[in-house]
Amino acid sequence: MGAETNPFADALTGAVRRGISGATGIANLKRLSGGASQETWAFDATTAGAPIPLILRRAPGGTRVTEGRGSTAAGLETEAKLIQLAGAAGVAVPPVRLVLAEDDGVGHGFVMDRIEGETIARKILRDAEFADARPKLARQCGEMLARLHKIDKATLPPLRVSPASEEIDQYYKTYKTHDHPHPVFELAFRWLKDNAPPDATAMTLVHGDFRHGNLMIGPEGVRAVLDWELAHIGDPMEDLGWICVNSWRFGNIDNPVGGFGKREDLFAGYEAAGGGKVDPERVKFWEVLGTLKWGVMCTTMVMAFKAGDRSVERATIGRRSSETEVDLLRLLAPRKKG
Amino acid sequence: MQDQPTAIELVDIVADFIRHHAMPQLQGHAAFHARVAANALDIVKRELEIAPKANAEEHGRLELLLERDGSLDELNRELCAEIERGEIGLESEELVDHLWKITLTKLAIDQPNYSGYVRALEEGSEA
Repeated sequence: MGAETNPFADALTGAVRRGISGATGIANLKRLSGGASQETWAFDATTAGAPIPLILRRAPGGTRVTEGRGSTAAGLETEAKLIQLAGAAGVAVPPVRLVLAEDDGVGHGFVMDRIEGETIARKILRDAEFADARPKLARQCGEMLARLHKIDKATLPPLRVSPASEEIDQYYKTYKTHDHPHPVFELAFRWLKDNAPPDATAMTLVHGDFRHGNLMIGPEGVRAVLDWELAHIGDPMEDLGWICVNSWRFGNIDNPVGGFGKREDLFAGYEAAGGGKVDPERVKFWEVLGTLKWGVMCTTMVMAFKAGDRSVERATIGRRSSETEVDLLRLLAPRKKG
Repeated sequence: MQDQPTAIELVDIVADFIRHHAMPQLQGHAAFHARVAANALDIVKRELEIAPKANAEEHGRLELLLERDGSLDELNRELCAEIERGEIGLESEELVDHLWKITLTKLAIDQPNYSGYVRALEEGSEA
């Protein structure tokens, strides 16, 4: 869809002229992706000199989030605020240029810099271009997480508070809605309930989806931490466990951190950047919960398929929940001791 | 008894047709979905080959473990309920053995190249 035919192109032009100094208009407006809860658009702000490459994150159709990740999503104005706070705390993020206002007429959303880089895991893990970056990534991820967890809670916008017990309940409900027996999931839920850190455990800002796809990588390392939609207040170890889930290693099973690094490097980066002492047992707890979360999400694809979303891809993702079951058993009942 | 070719042979030849004849003529999304479709047929083929015997064995183990009769679905639901209530858990070698068997069967059908499955097989042979 070209800028000239887009129904909100004129409104966006006005907003960009008002909000970004030197901007004269917009060009090359192009939809990148659209989930149930957010749209992402690429465009350039034209200026007297070089154009400024930008990204627009917008609620679907411009209206407020009502479905999909809506129940747990933070909202676009909140996301923009978090990116600004994270940037000030030294986390690599795309600078936010403009938060859309009601009278801009574009809907809820914000505009940020469009940073070049790679988010596709298989390329990051295999392409020669990233060979020098790969050994550094685990430590850099630890540093980024430490900085974002340290952000002063008093400065944060209102966020969902979700300790371990809350996360377990939420996913147990989703699993029960699917109404298909998964004894391995039951075992994992039981283990999680028995081993959950107390609700009072250090509660900080948590990114909530810190993994491949949301990490923009360049040949020198992490360029930006993206998609703050699932940010909440929780146990900081949640972010460290989630990036170690085997589903994000893409076959590189011996590099637990995103398929590119070791836990030791992640933890060392975290502690060196002032994140405090890492508790490996709690990280493992969150790795178990993260693995189970992805398994339950695969079963929700089955529900979507049965409810009428009849794509072959959607259907077959249901047959990937078993991947998480073997990972859960390897974590909870390993066949080889030690 | 049904006539030949067998269901396994039919599914196999359709997957082969999609991969080697249909897919090369498709582009973009259609080509991607054709590959996913062929992979789905591979799952069906492996299930036809593996599931009948594995399900019967699973049923037998569940009857022993739960000391009752019932359909495979009923017994799986009962097992889930007992695990949820904490009546049986990781301390039971029979349960752990059963869970490993059903899980390895699922992976042998669903995703036999998955890293965690391949590694579990290696670890099992060393155990």
